[in-house]
Amino acid sequence: MKTILKLLLTVTIILSCHAGNAAEMLNGAGATFPYPVYSAWAYDYNKITGVQLNYQSIGSGGGQRQITERTVDFGASDDPLSPDKLQKDGLLQFPAVVGGVVPVVNIEGVQSGQIRLTSETLCKIFLGDIKYWDDKKLTDNNSGVKLPHSEITVVYRSDGSGTTAIFTNYLDQTCADWKSKVGAGKAVKFPIGIGGKGNEGVANYVKRTQSSIGYVEFAYAKQNKLAHVQLRNAAGTFVEPGFESFEDAAETGDFDPKKDFYLWLANAPGKNSWPIAGATFILLAKDKKDVNMRVVKFFEWAFKNGDNKAKELIYVPLPASLKEKVRGYWKEKGIY
Amino acid sequence: MASLYKKNPVDLLFSSITAIASFSVIVFIVGIFYVLLSESLPAISRFGVLNFITSTDWNPVRESFGAATNIYGTFITTTLSLLIAVPVAVGIAIFVTEIAPNFLKGPIGGAIELLAAIPSIIYGMWGFFTLSPIMSTYIEPALKNSLGKLPVLEILFRGTPMGIDLLTASIILSIMIIPFTASISRDAFNLTPAVVKESAYALGATRWEVVKNIVIPYSKLGVFGGVVLSLGRALGETMAVAFVLGNNHRITTSLLDAAATITVTLANEFTEADTDIYLSSLFYLALVLFVMSFVTLAIAKFFLLRAERKYSR
Repeated sequence: MKTILKLLLTVTIILSCHAGNAAEMLNGAGATFPYPVYSAWAYDYNKITGVQLNYQSIGSGGGQRQITERTVDFGASDDPLSPDKLQKDGLLQFPAVVGGVVPVVNIEGVQSGQIRLTSETLCKIFLGDIKYWDDKKLTDNNSGVKLPHSEITVVYRSDGSGTTAIFTNYLDQTCADWKSKVGAGKAVKFPIGIGGKGNEGVANYVKRTQSSIGYVEFAYAKQNKLAHVQLRNAAGTFVEPGFESFEDAAETGDFDPKKDFYLWLANAPGKNSWPIAGATFILLAKDKKDVNMRVVKFFEWAFKNGDNKAKELIYVPLPASLKEKVRGYWKEKGIY
Repeated sequence: MASLYKKNPVDLLFSSITAIASFSVIVFIVGIFYVLLSESLPAISRFGVLNFITSTDWNPVRESFGAATNIYGTFITTTLSLLIAVPVAVGIAIFVTEIAPNFLKGPIGGAIELLAAIPSIIYGMWGFFTLSPIMSTYIEPALKNSLGKLPVLEILFRGTPMGIDLLTASIILSIMIIPFTASISRDAFNLTPAVVKESAYALGATRWEVVKNIVIPYSKLGVFGGVVLSLGRALGETMAVAFVLGNNHRITTSLLDAAATITVTLANEFTEADTDIYLSSLFYLALVLFVMSFVTLAIAKFFLLRAERKYSR
């Protein structure tokens, strides 16, 4: 009996400690893509303020569901929710970091950044209409590059992902055939090609498959030293993927606080904008004002002090102009 | 019995605790079934049962879901892995029970059990980083150039060998289920009465004849039960296959093509399933797998029981 009492006492003490700490805890769940940067920020933030931020990377769908059911303090999602949906579920939404998706290739004799693609040729390759690298449509834009007559292998993401959503939204917006045949989403029915699991899966296939093309998050293209392509953007210039071109896209993209920043950042109009970019978003429950203010405090700290950390991890911090828009949004909602 | 409990309260307590533990299993199974069923109701009412099972369309964008490609992939990988694993496993069991000298039985038995203890994610990573490049550079091109040239078999080896396909997935699965089949077969072989075997040897039978005419006929139902249990394991295996199957929702005749199984689809798409009908369809898939596994295990149990009854006679 004594042992049982002791045990009960210990459990009570542990539980009460937990309850005491709960005030200093923030719970978030959602997208896997920003998980490394959120947890790096959370680590630094915890050292400075003592507030513990616990982020579970369970996927965007799970993040949306959990914040809708109010089981977490904030949700995170790679795909923006429409203002209607936000209104219906009583949610607020703002962007936190920007990511870029990069088509990567493995073609014999072609260096990184050498091959130039347009939305039309990229779309035709992924639809299977362009089958060989020396197709006339490709050589037209690549006069200086010697493209081999080899069959193209398309590699896509086999699992549902924000990367696929950003990529297919770009094709959906710029290519009528894609819109009618495939559409946009986190998992789509790709007409041809093979599927790799995760960014690392796609990167790995492209790396070891001659004459292949795939798409990965920028960080993976960089880490795996894959050859990327140049893309023609909405302004008509061919651009290289990189921090500058992603930032330019985020800056010129039409993020509207009135629409809760609902935007697929495809084909941004800036002269140097990388056309396949997207923001990852934070979702808050409208009715939990106190909690929201603490979440906002964290992101305000991250906006001010987290840019270098983000870049270190190869994420693109929001440009200053967009941060201002987000702050305005917070003020308007009374949580800043 | 009831009077016995009254006499001894400790006994009553002990019996109730064991009873609660046992019934909780049933409660869990019924509970899981209920959750799967209730979560998949929207998908059931939208796609129906027969239509869902036979439709090959899996298109999250158009919100049109059918399970046929997944069921097909599950069926092919499971069958193929059994075709590879069963002969090997039965061979292992025969060697361990009938042929190996005593000092080898322990190490081999231990190695087999160790194979069963390796977590499936490790098989998956090994398959992805090691086996799949070997398959795509050596084995699959060789198969393509030999068997792939034959008139009918050719349809099994179409396409570019990528190492991410039904064949690689089946090989990984077969390695995973070998320990199950082998250890159950071993136990079944050990059930063969020594007297009968010794009589056969006394009559001048060779080892091969003893195994073929005495051991295997005596234990075939037990071995079959082991095979069906492995089948259950292969049906539900997820991570090992998810890495090397490619999650491709198409029905393909070629073993060198990517495909999808029910579990792989669940693992790949559950996290990002954003619409209600998408999520519900995934639950529906899980329900289909639940029923498939349940039926297979019921069959296995049935044969094992029959085998046991035969031996006890």
